[in-house]
Amino acid sequence: MERQTAIAIEHIKKVFKHKNASGKAALKTAVDDLNLEIKKGEIFGLLGPNGAGKTTTIRMLTMLTQPTEGKIMYGGYDTAKDSKAIKAMIGVVPQHINFDQDLTVGENMQLHGRLQHMEPKWREKRIKEMLEYVELEDCVNDGIRSLSGGMKRRLLIVRALMHEPQILFLDEPTVALDPQVRHRIWDLISQLREKGVTVVLTTHYIEEAQTLCDRVAIMNKGHLIALDTPQALQRRVGEYVAEWMGNGTRQLKFFSTSEGARKFAYALGHEGILARKANLEDVFVELTGRKVI
Amino acid sequence: MIFDIYTAFWRDWVVLRHRMIKFILSRMVAPILYLVAFGWGLGRHIHTPGGGSYLDFLVPGILALNSMNISFNSLASLHGERIYHKSIEEYFVSPISPLSFAIGKILAAVLRGLISSSIIVVLSYLFGADFTIMPLFVFVLILNCAIFAEIGFFAAMTITSYEDMGRFNTYILMPMSFLCGTFFSPERLPVVFCYFIQALPLTHASLLLRSIGGGHGGSLISVGVLLFYTAACFYLCARVLKKAQE
Repeated sequence: MERQTAIAIEHIKKVFKHKNASGKAALKTAVDDLNLEIKKGEIFGLLGPNGAGKTTTIRMLTMLTQPTEGKIMYGGYDTAKDSKAIKAMIGVVPQHINFDQDLTVGENMQLHGRLQHMEPKWREKRIKEMLEYVELEDCVNDGIRSLSGGMKRRLLIVRALMHEPQILFLDEPTVALDPQVRHRIWDLISQLREKGVTVVLTTHYIEEAQTLCDRVAIMNKGHLIALDTPQALQRRVGEYVAEWMGNGTRQLKFFSTSEGARKFAYALGHEGILARKANLEDVFVELTGRKVI
Repeated sequence: MIFDIYTAFWRDWVVLRHRMIKFILSRMVAPILYLVAFGWGLGRHIHTPGGGSYLDFLVPGILALNSMNISFNSLASLHGERIYHKSIEEYFVSPISPLSFAIGKILAAVLRGLISSSIIVVLSYLFGADFTIMPLFVFVLILNCAIFAEIGFFAAMTITSYEDMGRFNTYILMPMSFLCGTFFSPERLPVVFCYFIQALPLTHASLLLRSIGGGHGGSLISVGVLLFYTAACFYLCARVLKKAQE
């Protein structure tokens, strides 16, 4: 059965004013003619290198900035007209750890609950549940500065989930975290799928997109260049790849079978050539000519 | 909307509650210095226009400049929350109107200004000053706090670096602190300069507080000027919030 649409993005464009290299005022297009449909209950990834337009897209979706052109619809709600109704049904985990540094962990959660108009009893219950969920219940009276990076990230996620949003946005949720904490956060995000929460996440970690996402949109220089499941994207360029270093750069050749890749590697006879299964990073390099950094 | 205003106010009240003792003690330092240096020290040799003591002349000025500084600086910290911690984004992704956020923040800054003013009133009485507090006196203080809280909000939402926030203090607040009828009557200044000074809100706040505190009532024109500044600065806050979301 076809899933319902959670978010419809129609021809959005974002143009910023900035100063160019010679110091003169200029316009920069961060996102250009982006069309997307995000389905209810899916984990949707926006993948791309720095400057691809992922964060700008998330900021437009969460109404932190308005599109210069185009329309964003959440069911029957338009972000340009119904921002309050939409903001009540979304949760946002920003890239930057944006807790109020002057409040304790519990007070930060209280503030979020109040901003989301949660009834006091429900608010208290959810604060307790959420802090237990990420094993931070003993930190309720601690200052934000006393938490480690991983604890802050976990707290950011449960703060955004506290009012039970239908849609959760995560902007680079595991950036600069060690692998152990990253996997804990991945578990947390995967559990949301079971609860029916729609998740939109941006990442430049290929492994993250591959592990978590039902579908991935690859962005480059403000444009959408591919959109499909991670597996289908891999199939599109070839599921297997021969990889070697040539002329000082990494060379890739795609094949539909592992045998094809192995035969090519053997025939080339290049020292260090590798025949392996392709991943999203290979797809990205093939589609854009740029490495994901 | 009232609940959302209260939420923004609640946050600042919680922070103030954490630091109440430090806040009260630190707010006592500057007024005590002014009262000792200008009230007891230099003030003994200064003749005031009405012939009263310089301490009585000085206290309304100190109240005006202190409520200005406290209200402005209460919201100047919003600059760090916007630029560095980005914690104010939490308000903008929530279903509250940006105006509720602004009003809540401004009211919290007014409260800080009033607490600080209360400390000065108590200290002034202890130093032997003689002035009367009436409802209009409190109303003028509230307006003065509101104007500079709004200016602080506007500055915090537009200025992009700590240095520029510091410059705002240096070029705008500090000259006003000394020239706007706080320590001496602006009429003693050259005429052209005097006109300029009389167009500034702190001058009207100082003059009104001095006149009402001395039992002479207040000029309706000055109250009107303060009301105009309150409305105009609030309009600027609303504009800057709208622009921030474009």
